[in-house]
Amino acid sequence: MDLKQTFDVVVIGAGPGGYVAAIRAAQLGLKAAVIEKDKPGGVCLNIGCIPSKALIHQAELIRSIAGLAEMGIKADSAGLDYRKVQQKSRAAADKLSRGIQYLLEKNKVTLIAGEAVSVKPGAVTLKDGQIVKGRNVILATGSSPRELKGFAFDEKRILSSTGALMLQKLPESLLILGSGAIGVEFAHIMNAFGVTVHLVEMLDRILPLEDDDCSDVLAKSFKKRGIKLYTATKAMSQQESDGKLQVLLEDKDGKQTTVTVDQVLVSAGRVPNTAGLGLAEAGVTLDGGGFVEIGDYGQTSVPGIYAIGDIVRTPLLAHVASREGEIAAEHIAGRKTEPRIDLMAIPAATYCEPQVASFGLNERQALEKGIAHKKAVFPYRGAGKSVAIEQPDGLVKVLTDPKSGEILGAHIVGAEATELIHELLLAKKAELLPEDIATMIHAHPTLSESLLEVMRSVDGLPVHI
Amino acid sequence: MAEKLLMLALSPTMETGVIAKWLKKEGDTVESGDLLCEVETDKATMDYESPASGTLLKIVLEEGSSAAVGDLIGIVGKPGEDIKALLAEPEEPAKPESPKPEKTQPAPEKQPDAPSPETTGEKGRVRSSPLARKLAEMNGIELETIKGSGPEGRVVKADVEKAMAGQAAAPAAKAAAPAPVSGDTVIPVSGKRKVIARRLSESKYSAPHYYLKVRVAMDTILDARIKLNAKASQKVSLNAYLIKFAAEALKRHPAVNASWAGDSIIRFGRVDIGLAVAQEDGLITPVVRDCANKGLLEIEKDLQDLIQKARSNALKPEEYSDATFTISSLGSFGIEEFTAIINPPGSAILAVGEIRKEPVVQPDDSIQVKQMMRLTLSCDHRVIDGAVGAAFLTDLRTLLEEPIRALY
Repeated sequence: MDLKQTFDVVVIGAGPGGYVAAIRAAQLGLKAAVIEKDKPGGVCLNIGCIPSKALIHQAELIRSIAGLAEMGIKADSAGLDYRKVQQKSRAAADKLSRGIQYLLEKNKVTLIAGEAVSVKPGAVTLKDGQIVKGRNVILATGSSPRELKGFAFDEKRILSSTGALMLQKLPESLLILGSGAIGVEFAHIMNAFGVTVHLVEMLDRILPLEDDDCSDVLAKSFKKRGIKLYTATKAMSQQESDGKLQVLLEDKDGKQTTVTVDQVLVSAGRVPNTAGLGLAEAGVTLDGGGFVEIGDYGQTSVPGIYAIGDIVRTPLLAHVASREGEIAAEHIAGRKTEPRIDLMAIPAATYCEPQVASFGLNERQALEKGIAHKKAVFPYRGAGKSVAIEQPDGLVKVLTDPKSGEILGAHIVGAEATELIHELLLAKKAELLPEDIATMIHAHPTLSESLLEVMRSVDGLPVHI
Repeated sequence: MAEKLLMLALSPTMETGVIAKWLKKEGDTVESGDLLCEVETDKATMDYESPASGTLLKIVLEEGSSAAVGDLIGIVGKPGEDIKALLAEPEEPAKPESPKPEKTQPAPEKQPDAPSPETTGEKGRVRSSPLARKLAEMNGIELETIKGSGPEGRVVKADVEKAMAGQAAAPAAKAAAPAPVSGDTVIPVSGKRKVIARRLSESKYSAPHYYLKVRVAMDTILDARIKLNAKASQKVSLNAYLIKFAAEALKRHPAVNASWAGDSIIRFGRVDIGLAVAQEDGLITPVVRDCANKGLLEIEKDLQDLIQKARSNALKPEEYSDATFTISSLGSFGIEEFTAIINPPGSAILAVGEIRKEPVVQPDDSIQVKQMMRLTLSCDHRVIDGAVGAAFLTDLRTLLEEPIRALY
């Protein structure tokens, strides 16, 4: 590793923001390096999106046993060895991490194994004292699970999402604090593998950032599956007794309940990894929450230092980080690019069953902010395919501007929602109008027909409802 | 079977036309290709050729009336044929049958009214998103006037909003215009006036103009012109001399014979010089093509022909569009000097003042009376930097003062 050279771009962190930034920079003819203290791929690939999707896939397999029984097939799940399930998720993560290494090599990006401890314009100092010189530095250090007071992570009894992914043995019961995407995905996984799940949410509904109607469909499905929901409820404290954890919960009326479980998963958001980099000394401005303040193209308050991904105040999502990485790299390379991502066109995807996906304005926000909007809703059961595949629970909701027809937001709950959302998002991005989708012939029978129908519904003319 | 005569788009920008004169009357026999009527478009008066042979059965649109492109203006068929059905037929469904203007009318290669080469073209072909089209329609903004910022120059919502914001500033001026009171005359704006207004505003708003001035002693040219005209059968106007020497100077300074195209600058391979000509109801700039390769007499001949057509409103679009450089002279109106607005797609226009005798201090400090003329060059700074414009204009002065240098 030749660190005498000066790179055009040095990226700190090889997660979905950092490695994409480095590859794009190299593709645009810049000499790029990426510093990673762990494995390439970051949280997303190693301890996040990817292994969790491997678990969800296997959760679906075991859930399909019920369907097999209806066909008269006797399947016995007694032999379930969760260690094997977990190993498969590790295999997926490892394979993809090696894939990232390959992509970095292919694009001639220098991968530097090390931990950055200090940043200043033009140079990054590593823990071992080496200095990596770069005309531009992109900070892409990501985020870590947030700890709750009284629930410090020990990754034995009190788990972060990382600990939950590393479990080799299933608990009998699990209490999940926080019902964002991570919380409901683990609720789904653990429930599928037979764990008794208690899902606790401080706000008045699960998946509180999603549209209320989508949240309701999910809540109904979870309840039916035996997941215990505690909304508008706070976890006050926990104590160990007889090898179990007793968690004290308090609802909004002050009523207290104690739930006894084997383990607790805290999924109450994430905090930016901006400490220990000497950012303040370098003059990089952070906000009160420790996020880096940025202007256009991810530029920080220090010329030549950029910040992308989970350390800036845009949604903490892998795909947002990747796009921000591209923008920063393109700007450094002097290419024309968009100064900022469009916050109204970011897809959010939650991979529980039923899936939830959305972008843009939801109905609650529209009402709170007094934004004029027209609502169209179409239930999954109106699309024949959903009935045929026994997935009739779900809906598509679209909010449009009453005058221009502009798509303001879209929300889907149901099977394959995370794939379906992209047709609507493409329409939003290309500035198509409802009639453009309503008049596009959709294959029959597909779940996508519900998108056609919801767009017909904007003008009050759905056919299959 | 009787055929409908529809108003055709006789120029690419034409949306409506006025029948200036019917050249045939009802009952006349017409052959395909015969001139039926003259149509006044937004820019000129054009001939309307019959698309069919037969008898002109009915004139629907009277002289002086206007119709949108695609509207019925008359019917051709066999004598005695029943045309009631055709007259009663709603016009909408008939439109697709109407001869496409592209087929009957050789469209000029470039759109004559293009404010600059970056304009996308006819209405239906402006790249735009459906939402942008809807917003433009809702707010009464013409998409053609908006520069797109989306992929491949597509007009997107943000562009329309920007255009709306620009318009929001405009009504202030509108509001300032007083409502007509008794004694005021309200003159409806003609199609041609609209085009002039739009083109000049676009040029002045989008091209950063700057101005260079020189005084030129015209004694040598004037003497030569008197001598040459005395012997020649064809007299040569001063405008022809100006065009010729401007062309010579442009040949030496190709950077001035150029156009701004957004992400590129086009240097024209030919020197086509437009000359602003006043008309009763506006102005037009007929273009003398390929001036750098023409002699004075040839230029003069072209010029006389074009000016005559301009005054009788008979110029075809290809005769007044796409000048690479323009000359505007108000000298004959007694104007000493003035500045002109650049005529796109060119990037410079020369404003010519009157020639008058002035005392001029000579290098030996003596004072002589010379015939001086003031030239003002307006340049588009996006294309022509100050030093480049200056080199061109001082060279032009040298050529006019010492015409023999044109041979160098």
